[in-house]
Amino acid sequence: MNVNKANEGMNDSNIAHTSITPPSATGELLVILGHAPHGSSLLREGLDMALVAAAFGRRVSLLFMGQGCWALQPGQGEGALGQKGTQSTLEMLEMYDIDNIMVEAESLERLGLESSDLVLSVSVVDAASVQQAIASHTLVMNF
Amino acid sequence: MRYGILLLGAPYSNQAAHSALRFARTIIARGHQLDSVFFYHEGVHNAARLAAPPQDEPHLVDGWAELQREHGVKLDVCIAAALRRGLMDEEQAGRHGKEGHSVERPFELTGLGQLVDLGLRCDRLVTFAP
Repeated sequence: MNVNKANEGMNDSNIAHTSITPPSATGELLVILGHAPHGSSLLREGLDMALVAAAFGRRVSLLFMGQGCWALQPGQGEGALGQKGTQSTLEMLEMYDIDNIMVEAESLERLGLESSDLVLSVSVVDAASVQQAIASHTLVMNF
Repeated sequence: MRYGILLLGAPYSNQAAHSALRFARTIIARGHQLDSVFFYHEGVHNAARLAAPPQDEPHLVDGWAELQREHGVKLDVCIAAALRRGLMDEEQAGRHGKEGHSVERPFELTGLGQLVDLGLRCDRLVTFAP
């Protein structure tokens, strides 16, 4: 969960070393968010799914991958199209006790994002940890 | 095996709904149990009771209804995703002051909690997305 720890010894040439393993606690539901926050409502509806599951008392983890990582950039609020944006939903995660939030390292790297710039405290995870996260959750949902 | 299906794709726009229906029929034909199909995101359009595709194309809405009639598969539609896209049953139409309704049984408007339950209850939840 500690972003700074995750970034210790960060070395652009070897992404694997920037990663930490996800928190040992496994969850019931893993929601994978792979679509950008604007342009389609998939990411927002995936987040809605996560909030509802948490409201029903399920242990929920989130994994941002690919274009989904853009949601963690500051400023993803209401835009010119009148879409709600995803930032307000992200701000509610803590209230719903969703604190296992993972971001795939290679996606961040590819998009030129730094975990220190993101709006949430996240675990930056490598591909092996993504596998582990998928295997350790009872239910995995892809949005 | 006990299955659930999550359908995120609209009918006649991409392959998702066609594949989901074929998959549903196949798992039943192979002796598996299909508990429920959950319609979310653009998948809610599969519940449009006014859908009138040309006769030489598969009628997806009728296809889903047939699954329910013949095999007892529940057809659950996310109410929040449906309402904002103009899909509502008679009760919701009354509540929102709309003339006419666009969803009817065997499709049922329900909440996302049903989807969580479905996923955790079944051995496999298979998603069909655009």
